[in-house]
Amino acid sequence: MARIIAGVTSSHVPAIGAAIDNHRTEEPYWKRVFSGFEKSKEWMAKVKPDVCIAVYNDHASAFSVEIVPTFALGCAAEFPPADEGWGPRPVPVVKGHPQLAAHIAQSVILDEFDLTVVNKMEVDHGLTVPMNLLFGSPKEWPCPVIPLAVNVVLYPPPTGHRCFMLGRAIRKAVESYPEDLRVVMMGTGGMSHQISGPRAGLINSKFDKAFLDNLSKDPKKLMRMPHIDYMREAGAEGIEMVMWLVMRGALDDKVDEVYRFYTVPASNTAVGHIILANRAKSAKRKPVAKHKRAAARAKVDRIRS
Amino acid sequence: MAREQHDYDDIPGTFVFDAERSRQGFGINMFCMSLMKDENRKAFKANEAEYLKKFKLTPEQTEAVLKRDYNRMLELGGNIYFTAKLGATDGHSFQHLAAVMTGSSQDDYAKMMLGGGRSVEGNRSKSGKDRPAKAGKAAKPKAKARSKSRSKRG
Repeated sequence: MARIIAGVTSSHVPAIGAAIDNHRTEEPYWKRVFSGFEKSKEWMAKVKPDVCIAVYNDHASAFSVEIVPTFALGCAAEFPPADEGWGPRPVPVVKGHPQLAAHIAQSVILDEFDLTVVNKMEVDHGLTVPMNLLFGSPKEWPCPVIPLAVNVVLYPPPTGHRCFMLGRAIRKAVESYPEDLRVVMMGTGGMSHQISGPRAGLINSKFDKAFLDNLSKDPKKLMRMPHIDYMREAGAEGIEMVMWLVMRGALDDKVDEVYRFYTVPASNTAVGHIILANRAKSAKRKPVAKHKRAAARAKVDRIRS
Repeated sequence: MAREQHDYDDIPGTFVFDAERSRQGFGINMFCMSLMKDENRKAFKANEAEYLKKFKLTPEQTEAVLKRDYNRMLELGGNIYFTAKLGATDGHSFQHLAAVMTGSSQDDYAKMMLGGGRSVEGNRSKSGKDRPAKAGKAAKPKAKARSKSRSKRG
């Protein structure tokens, strides 16, 4: 049986990618950012996941305004880096896991999450920057990565609750996959930032820290937070943080916080990063988890009706 | 028809890219999207007004693009991830665009960011709802959406 062993979230600031690509990581400004991910790279190298599922958003690279899918699952065998206007980033092609991806698509759609299946997609900094931060800059990425693109560009993105419940459904899908795979969920984006309009440059460290605390210990508190609160408090583009809730929904209710890092700024953005690990012995809790899922579903049905 | 008012129209200095703006700004954004190809960047630079004709922009939108009025582009339905491609085509860094949109020099803007960014205090609301929302608390109904004119353009 495949299982999700941990979740990692990280900001995906494009300037971080540019700093890597232009060999500026040793400059003091950037060193402050990159040093915060040294431990994470060590952790990732030790954990050696068989597959990662990366929740990220496209920034007008794969999806223009012609079609804007709310959730789009990358089911292809590979995902080349997109040309974002300066030529594609010099990073390896992202290799997917088509079998697991197809299994997840089938499972979560029948679980009432209407994903868009994507069989051809280029991926931008939203995905590749967090991969650099967690894997470094290898010749080939160390494991397959299934991209899950979430619309956070066109308002409204899915609610935090919907994201969390999708995480739950993905977990169920993973756990019904027969091969023994150790899966790490990645959430990307955030933290507080606004990059558009006269209010650009907004940062709210207090909000970010509370968000990290709740993500770790009490994610249900975040599930009901309305979009207006993200946008008002954490900037118009800070709403990307809903994607972190997909990651969190795929984990156990109680997790161990392995590591956390926060710094301001990277270019226009507050950088936040957290590693949460499921506690061992997850098999035992299965009936409880099932019961909880049923209860949660009943609750959703109540809300819907 | 006037734009429908939303709770987020109360956020100062912000143009939320919603479905209505995405329809209105389709031409701007598809134009910006075309700039992902080098030959298109060259064609645009060679004759900007002529190149823009392919995208059915309104006269206001065309003017905003030609003048590089980034806030106006957002107001008319442009999205920042798209308009950033125009900035890149001009050879500008993103911080340059951010500085332009906030009406400051790039140097001052970069200093503000290094100093911890723009504070949320005093920047939450146009209509005076300037208290922090607690992360996780259920939304209080936002009493009245602002009804006055939209944010000033720089």
